[in-house]
Amino acid sequence: MKSNPHLLLVGKLVTLSMAMFAFGYIVMPPLYNIICDITGLNGRTNSAAVSAPVGQEVADRTITVEFVSVINSSAAWSFKPQVQTMEVIPGKTYTTNYIAKNLSGAAAVGQAVPSVAPSSAAKYFNKIECFCFTRQEFEARAEKEMPLIFFVEPDLPRSIDTITLSYTYFNTGEEPENVSDS
Amino acid sequence: MPTLSRLSLVAILSLIGSAARADINMPVGVTPISKEVYGLHMLIFWICCAIGTVVFAVMFYSIFKHRKSKGAVAADFHESTVVEIIWTAVPLVILIAMAIPAAKTLIAMEDTSDAEVTIKVTGYQWKWHYEYLDSGINFFSNLDADHNAARQVDSGIDVSQFDNYLKEVDNPLVLPVGKKVRFLHTSADVIHSWWVPALAVKKDAIPGFINENWALIEEPGIYRGKCTELCGRDHGFMPVVVRALPEDEYNAWVAENAPVEEPVMTESTGAATATAVASADDDREWSMDELMAAGETVYNNQCASCHQVGGEGLAGAFPAITGSAIATGDHAAHIDIVYAGKPGSAMAAFASRLSNSDMAAVLTYQRNALGNSVGDTIQPSAIKALR
Amino acid sequence: MSTAAAGHHEHDDHGPAKGWTRWLYTTNHKDIGTLYLLFALVMFFIGGGMALIIRAELFQPGLQLVDPLFFNSMTTMHALVMIFGVVMPAFVGLANWMIPMMIGGPDMALPRMNNWSFWIMPFAFLLLLSTLFMEGGGPAGGWTLYAPLSLQGPDSFAFVIFSIHFMGISSVMGSINIVATIFNMRAPGMSLMQMPLFVWTWLITAYLLIAVIPVLAGAVTMLLTDRFFGTSFFNAAGGGDPVMYQHIFWFFGHPEVYILILPAFGIISSIIPTFARKPLFGYASMVYATASIAFLSFIVWAHHMFTVGMPLAGEMFFMFATMMISVPTGVKVFNWVATMWRGSMTFETPMLFAIGFLVMFTIGGLSGLMLAITPADIQYHDTYFVVAHFHYVLVPGAIYSIMAATYYWLPKWTGNMYDEKWGKIHFWVSTVFLNVLFFPMHFVGLAGMPRRIPDYNLQFADWNAIATIGAFGFGFSQLIFVYVIFKCIKGGAKATDEVWDGAEGLEWTVPSPAPYHTFEKPPAQYS
Repeated sequence: MKSNPHLLLVGKLVTLSMAMFAFGYIVMPPLYNIICDITGLNGRTNSAAVSAPVGQEVADRTITVEFVSVINSSAAWSFKPQVQTMEVIPGKTYTTNYIAKNLSGAAAVGQAVPSVAPSSAAKYFNKIECFCFTRQEFEARAEKEMPLIFFVEPDLPRSIDTITLSYTYFNTGEEPENVSDS
Repeated sequence: MPTLSRLSLVAILSLIGSAARADINMPVGVTPISKEVYGLHMLIFWICCAIGTVVFAVMFYSIFKHRKSKGAVAADFHESTVVEIIWTAVPLVILIAMAIPAAKTLIAMEDTSDAEVTIKVTGYQWKWHYEYLDSGINFFSNLDADHNAARQVDSGIDVSQFDNYLKEVDNPLVLPVGKKVRFLHTSADVIHSWWVPALAVKKDAIPGFINENWALIEEPGIYRGKCTELCGRDHGFMPVVVRALPEDEYNAWVAENAPVEEPVMTESTGAATATAVASADDDREWSMDELMAAGETVYNNQCASCHQVGGEGLAGAFPAITGSAIATGDHAAHIDIVYAGKPGSAMAAFASRLSNSDMAAVLTYQRNALGNSVGDTIQPSAIKALR
Repeated sequence: MSTAAAGHHEHDDHGPAKGWTRWLYTTNHKDIGTLYLLFALVMFFIGGGMALIIRAELFQPGLQLVDPLFFNSMTTMHALVMIFGVVMPAFVGLANWMIPMMIGGPDMALPRMNNWSFWIMPFAFLLLLSTLFMEGGGPAGGWTLYAPLSLQGPDSFAFVIFSIHFMGISSVMGSINIVATIFNMRAPGMSLMQMPLFVWTWLITAYLLIAVIPVLAGAVTMLLTDRFFGTSFFNAAGGGDPVMYQHIFWFFGHPEVYILILPAFGIISSIIPTFARKPLFGYASMVYATASIAFLSFIVWAHHMFTVGMPLAGEMFFMFATMMISVPTGVKVFNWVATMWRGSMTFETPMLFAIGFLVMFTIGGLSGLMLAITPADIQYHDTYFVVAHFHYVLVPGAIYSIMAATYYWLPKWTGNMYDEKWGKIHFWVSTVFLNVLFFPMHFVGLAGMPRRIPDYNLQFADWNAIATIGAFGFGFSQLIFVYVIFKCIKGGAKATDEVWDGAEGLEWTVPSPAPYHTFEKPPAQYS
């Protein structure tokens, strides 16, 4: 039997469909994250620590930073910011705390997810230290004070006068490794 | 053909004749943005009508004149570069003309700066939670209990008795007139979308992320909306009601309802504002009747959407309470599943959503109603001890 | 090409095999085309039955018939069945029947794969529909399967994902076959720009399918692993993002919209010239318009997501790009009208459906233009206005084109003329009820009725009652369609080879009914 005359074309088309699957499954998720990081899509902020600004300029104005907390339905926690708002000079470094308490009688693992509104401000909001960089393990009924150190870049667009930072606390459903029940 | 053309004519005429009627057109709304949006909507609508009229006029003229039965002989033309260029270019010009005002409105919609009031709106399955960031007032907003009873399958209740069927809540969102209000949208479980047509505000509430929007209400009144992103079984039953008050009345409302203590996010069975989770009442021994009465209200409000009013659940999706091993078994396990939820399922943690007494009441109710008859009570003090 | 044609001469039998195994083992493009079309017809009634359950519940306010969860499951299944089980298989069936005959080829390029790609479909749908009877019911998170809602569903979700994978594999195999057929099996001398538009639109559609169905497969695979294997692509707690699902889904979803309409454009471009007795106006511009629609369909996906919160620049871009699509679509409508202009028209059933398509697809296209205006879209989004819009482009659009094609080619397939009187009755009854069904949805949508709700405020009651009457009327009038088809298969006035006096194209040069094997010797007129 002669070799199939369609083999080459079919091979190309199969390759194309495989490549598109790979694009959807392998390329898109990281690509999406990169785009989010660049554009602040969804109000994503940095997920790993940045270093504190050294000798950076300081803006000649103050803006308001609002702190918001959301408890996901998966989490039996109380969770709130220590202060509701802060007047902040872009370029300077500030520290604040969130307070979380595991209300349940079992140890649990929590993950805080940050989000900034307006999303166009997200890339100017930098966290030097944040409890959201890692998962937090809670003993039963344990309360934690969790620090956040941040600065806002001085070239924040003038049209933005308020930045809202929201953390949503999720229960990851994992077994805690370092703490135990009761 | 005449039937078809007449039909579209009637449709168009009825639209023209009653463009202002609220039951078939977009509301003009009560904010500067909603009025702009309405203007854009009508502009693009008339442009579409004009395009449609021209296209259909030519088409139907041709259908009537150029038919074989009237002796029409087919021409032979089948190409004209000039004509093709014209009908590519003309729509393009119309579109650009349309895009400019649309872009202006869009820019205005996105400008949330200089807001005077900020409200965090959190979507839950299937209710909204409002938190006034400036004053600390916070409360849940559920579908009105009477409507909720009426909307059950085969409830036997005539729904036409309700003026605003499925658009009434226990605690409406109160907003000031004449002040720029900023909304922060987020969700505690799945994606919801908060929509009030009269404010032209529709934004998705996405778990883990926060979205912004704003409105400046110009007229006092009550404005009703809905969740518009499919969010599960009771997606159709989580209305939004906004009560817009003149500034002085709004200030009075805030003063009256602002929490005295540290605000704690809790849902009570009826009160409009936050109540503390704990109360002095928690330490006393509650009677079975007391707990059962309170428990029924909490159950219907909080649990019945999934576990059903009769406790039978929905096979495979939501477990039954009736005869459940947890609800008829050991206290600790029963308390734990309501208190701490079940991560990875639709069962939420109610620790921060119910007061000690409400949780004790609903647990007792589950044990002694819905076909269960364990015969014991769970006391508020037992819940208090967990905190 | 000659090798492929020669390969078939080795067969001795020139008729179909006897018995039911003919249909199981067949590699004949006409048999497989018939199987696809019958499958689509069956699914049309299953999906339609679901629509009637939805409309019956919405007949009046209050919940009378079904649980809200089952209602959600019906809206989800109705969409999946209609899109993947009706419109796509029907178009593939038409492609199977007609493309080889239109290009003068003896069969599809890959007949065995053709058999597989059909027979996967019934199993995929059996799997999908069986979830309705499993514990927890079928999928109820909408056909878009948005995370995290879809991840809350019962374990039957795994079957839904697998069935989507099977449908996808079937579509991609079918598309590869179509592309190979069009490139390698054309009559000697037939250039691409000499192909009928139906072949052109299918070529472009097949490329769209090959490009985007795997993306859907990727998206639902992520859902599967998120639900069952602990990944967190779409779970914020694990570093994922539910909005990413929507981006990936609509990257598939928007081209999918054009997959559902481009072959319809090709059908209409065949029918209108025939009954206007005048060549298609602007053939080349039709080809370019189709290609540009296909290209634009890749860069407009986020217009389905204007309310998720996007940067201003993104919203602007997607608004402009979406508006752009109306330019080539407009060109097509204008070209069809120009084809009718100064023709010598008759109005047999295929032409009636084609004109119905033209009028009502234009209405759907114009409401699409309204939806492109982002600030207004924020009010329209997820309301019945959107439901009205996409039903206007899909029912009198895609479905009417399939019905037009069926009436148009039925005499060629069966050798008998269908019953013209009942065909016309089918058209008029369907068209009246269809508008009674879908037009009021514009009104309730604008007035504020969200989609996917089982119960509503009294203010929407009248229009919903009217829509439900239209739905039952439209649904039952499709029985006429079945009657006409089976009557035609069983007998009727004999059709001539040309069938329609204005018909052009190779398919009309073979006898009616088309013999089991056609163009074993390639036609000579192009060489």
